[in-house]
Amino acid sequence: MSSIAKKSGFGATVWDYITSVDHKKIAILYLISGGLFFLIGGIEAMMIRIQLMKAGNDFLSAGTYNEVMTMHGTTMIFLAAMPLLLGFMNAIMPLQIGARDVAFPFLNSLGFWLFFFGGIFLNLSWFLGGAPDAGWTNYASLALASESHGIDFYALGLTISGFGTLISGINFLVTIINMRAPGMTYMRMPLFTWTTFVASALILLAFPPLTIAIFFMVFDRMFGSHFFDVAAGGNTIIWEHLFWIFGHPEVYILILPAFGIFSEIFAIFSRKRLFGYTALVFATILIGFYGFMVWAHHMFTVGLGPTANAIFALATMIIAVPTGVKIFNWLLTVWGGNVSFATPMLYAVGFIPSFVAGGVTGVMQAIAPLDYQLHDSYFIVAHFHYVIVGGVVLAIFAATHLYWPKMFGTMLSEKLGKITFWLFFIGFHLTFFIQHFLGLMGMPRRVYTFGANQGWDLFNAISSVGAIFMALGVIIMLVNIVLTTIKNERVGNDPWGDGRTLEWAIPSPPPFYNFAQTPLVRGLDTYWIEKMEGNKEGMIYAEPLGDIHMPNNSFIPVVMSFGLFVASFGALYHPDGYSWTIPVLVIGLLITFGSMLLRSLKDDLGFHIHKEDLIKDREGVKTDGHK
Amino acid sequence: MDINKKYTPQSWPDHPETATMEGKNKFVGFWLLLAAESVTFASLFATYLALKDKGPSGMEFTAAGLFELPLVFAMTMILLTSSLTSVYAMYHMKNHNFKSMQAWLAVTVLLGAAFLGLEIYEFNHYVHLGFGFTNSAFSSAFYTLVGTHGAHVVFGLGWFIALMVRNAKRGLNTYNAPKFFLVSLYWHFIDVVWVFIFTVVYLMGVIG
Amino acid sequence: MAHDVHDYVRTKEEQEYIRRKRAQEMRHMLTSFAMMIFLTLIAFTAVAAGFSTYLIVPIILLLAGVQVVLQLYHFMHLSEKGTGTIAFFMFSGMFVAFIVILTFVTIIWW
Repeated sequence: MSSIAKKSGFGATVWDYITSVDHKKIAILYLISGGLFFLIGGIEAMMIRIQLMKAGNDFLSAGTYNEVMTMHGTTMIFLAAMPLLLGFMNAIMPLQIGARDVAFPFLNSLGFWLFFFGGIFLNLSWFLGGAPDAGWTNYASLALASESHGIDFYALGLTISGFGTLISGINFLVTIINMRAPGMTYMRMPLFTWTTFVASALILLAFPPLTIAIFFMVFDRMFGSHFFDVAAGGNTIIWEHLFWIFGHPEVYILILPAFGIFSEIFAIFSRKRLFGYTALVFATILIGFYGFMVWAHHMFTVGLGPTANAIFALATMIIAVPTGVKIFNWLLTVWGGNVSFATPMLYAVGFIPSFVAGGVTGVMQAIAPLDYQLHDSYFIVAHFHYVIVGGVVLAIFAATHLYWPKMFGTMLSEKLGKITFWLFFIGFHLTFFIQHFLGLMGMPRRVYTFGANQGWDLFNAISSVGAIFMALGVIIMLVNIVLTTIKNERVGNDPWGDGRTLEWAIPSPPPFYNFAQTPLVRGLDTYWIEKMEGNKEGMIYAEPLGDIHMPNNSFIPVVMSFGLFVASFGALYHPDGYSWTIPVLVIGLLITFGSMLLRSLKDDLGFHIHKEDLIKDREGVKTDGHK
Repeated sequence: MDINKKYTPQSWPDHPETATMEGKNKFVGFWLLLAAESVTFASLFATYLALKDKGPSGMEFTAAGLFELPLVFAMTMILLTSSLTSVYAMYHMKNHNFKSMQAWLAVTVLLGAAFLGLEIYEFNHYVHLGFGFTNSAFSSAFYTLVGTHGAHVVFGLGWFIALMVRNAKRGLNTYNAPKFFLVSLYWHFIDVVWVFIFTVVYLMGVIG
Repeated sequence: MAHDVHDYVRTKEEQEYIRRKRAQEMRHMLTSFAMMIFLTLIAFTAVAAGFSTYLIVPIILLLAGVQVVLQLYHFMHLSEKGTGTIAFFMFSGMFVAFIVILTFVTIIWW
């Protein structure tokens, strides 16, 4: 949006993005880097499927397979799915509640850069002596025995990016609590905003245990402590508990925003108000609440005893109830609606059977005795891919199509979009449906190969073919993005024609101050209400046109994150006994805390966009408040 | 918000810490951070409890044999008092009495530093006895829990000092009032954590 | 956001009233502080006196709980109006904290 940056060319635009505190630009940064990590994770997935294509394959060695498999899981969860969702939250949520930005624009930028440097650090392990190889769950007994620095990269990288996520979570919560436009009561918030709210609350309370667990891991591996070292009195189960106290809410941190995206899509493309809005909201809150009381269902076979297993089994089954409520609400939203099957709607409709299948296998595993049979088999692999791919990834693809015009002002090709959907959807089921049966036939997960006499050849080959379809789908989506960007056909405020919430009432992409005047919200689906009453502007306003206060761009977040990046190298090589490690650690921390101090001491009061500039802007003359 | 605006006690808002939108956001955001910190410390406490007195066979040090109550009592009194002095500082902040606020903050910092000194002495003492970080699971858990609290004290002291020095010449306004308020909240939270540390670690440690 | 600071200058009477109200609040704070010191003393004395462990542990944990409530509601002003949302998040945090600790003192070593 910045006209000054446009004039001074490519370098200035890059600099503008790097230092930006604008939630829409940070969203684009999340989308780019999350997309990049998604591709890396996807390549790793393809390598896994190539290796398992036939019995006794030697495409990857056993050790490399462990690394690829670990990095696939870690990358997809922490560096692809979450950042992509955070990107859409950043882009859309403030618009949906009628805010000019998030509550802490500076921290928003800091959150992104922490995630980014954490992700880069983790992936550097490939070039610096080997990637982590203890699975994305990194169980302590396995992790402590791992000899390369891979686990150290995992621990330190996730610490850094975890801080970033926690900061983003707090930021979104405060934004939703404090910055809603007048009239936007909690029960008038769009469902995507609601799910962002609950997912952020889960981030707030679930990431600290992970951070602590990873700290223990760092101390154990690099500084000689004994948290998980059984010989010195430690307890390896502590890692498992802390990891899953985080890990289970993490599943809901991923899936709730996906639910929010699909709720928006069902309402828009059925041209109907969401059925049972209140029930959907309360189901979301309930899922968030229960999410903290079921983690031990990942540990049934650890030997917690029948009492603990029974309690956690019951709690797990209860979670299926609010999820079921949601499924029925979506079905009844579509029921009797004037449905149009645009690409996002295809994803939404495809999501329901896929996710239900994942949910049902989930309830099967909630039955502790059955879990003893299913545990550590390909059945589990099939289950969580049905939930994560069938739920989260489909939602991310759907949101890409749905919100692309809002974020970039151009419409992705519907034709290519539908091809992507069908390739990906068919490929997904081809890959993972059959893995249920592989699991039931006894194929264990996380094995690098299998024998020709075990009878798993055909199903594995089919699964690998499915993966090719998925890859083709993703490639066509990239082509679609490139073609659309080249064509550059601009669209209006409400390109889908049936937008219901505030983000569709403003230009695509929105001006950097979002709303020239703060809107007044009169009910659920604000924009729809105004449209139905013939209001051409799509909004009524809560304030007269006046000066707008905006935050300044800042480079400090990059420096702050970079400091932790540097410090991590010091910690990582500390056990090797080099003399430079402690100085590097200290210098890195000094950079971080020094820039924190600088931020604290230097007044940063932002600037004002003047009323006259706003009026000019409205008449089509682009202004940039920087002058 | 105009940073150069001068206030008198009469024109000073009732709740200067939340008088601006930025202040309101900081206030809520910081409380949320404290909620996350509660879970952080809970994880540390839980691990400490699970690993209490656990170590390699023939381990020399256990909680009952190691901790000495008089020192802990002194530390507790100092930290509790510093909590009160920061309440005094906020009382004067609300009355727009900048000098008294700075004075009470200075007292708070001194008490905090005294607490920190005693903690360093305590750790140093244990290390000299032979109870180091890498001794046993128990020692790792103990130093990590109490040390994390100590690190929070260090950060809090740095924060106090930075704010006092930065604003020494310009007095109170609605731009820095939320900052002073937050650091005092942080200080109280440190005190809350210490209440559990002296109860769970030291008192329950001594009785075995 | 340009409109969020409203300048209200109190009259002399109002100023006097609010000054007194604050002084009174400060006296309440002092009372809370005295109670905290007192509770701490009880806890230390109980341990030093060497009563039965089963008696002492619940008592000192209870005393710690009371101290925390005093800190949160008096020193940290959680009792004031408009703090409902943050109190909700604080209690959610404490709930998670509670189940984490409960887990680690029960099923870790089974």
